[in-house]
Amino acid sequence: MAKIYSKKAAVTTNLKPNKEVVSFILSYSQALTVVKINEKSFEIIAN
Amino acid sequence: MANLQIPDALLVKNYVEGNESALSTLIKRHESKIYGFIYSKIADKDISNDIFQDTFIKVIKTLKSNSYNEEGKFLPWVMRISHNLIVDHYRKTKKMPMYRETEEFSIFSIMSDDTLTIENKMIVDQVEVDLKKLIEELPNDQKEVLVMRMYQDMSFKEISEVTGVSINTALGRMRYALMNIRKIIEKHQIILTN
Repeated sequence: MAKIYSKKAAVTTNLKPNKEVVSFILSYSQALTVVKINEKSFEIIAN
Repeated sequence: MANLQIPDALLVKNYVEGNESALSTLIKRHESKIYGFIYSKIADKDISNDIFQDTFIKVIKTLKSNSYNEEGKFLPWVMRISHNLIVDHYRKTKKMPMYRETEEFSIFSIMSDDTLTIENKMIVDQVEVDLKKLIEELPNDQKEVLVMRMYQDMSFKEISEVTGVSINTALGRMRYALMNIRKIIEKHQIILTN
């Protein structure tokens, strides 16, 4: 197996999460409603 | 041009009041900082994406249940959540079995130190420097392909797009670059090893 001597350059690319992840978060946020009744909170997720 | 940026605190307030697009702005504004922070600790894109997602699920739940206490520190708060999730992740995955040392069993039989000694590290650095000098000796077209492939981790497709040559030409240049480096190494009897 060939030996790799080169080091990877320090990557300075702007790291970003996947678009799908961001889109999921936004849809989740739209679907979620939190209702508080007598100190108890209920999470309702609309389909 | 004046930088008219809505402050985080106001966006959070708008979001709590039902403006969903405020969350999108907040994510866009901070995603690279938060994701970069997670990735710097995890070094795995998929797991980092998962933790990023879980972070915002917590953020959303907290904001929607009105439990967030606005002190003008939205980003540090989100970073704190992601930090806690990173710790949780390591707790889950790195649970190490406990070994007790006995007469027949030495703990050092399963433990090893993979870090390089100072001497080996110096050798590695020297090899790196020598190799860079060798690369400088290559013709420009070959050097360009080799640097993009090995140091910038680009694919041959990307290299061909950047340099404006076909993939086959890029592959050929890489092949000649390696052959030429080997030739120089043999000719001058350079030892690259550690």
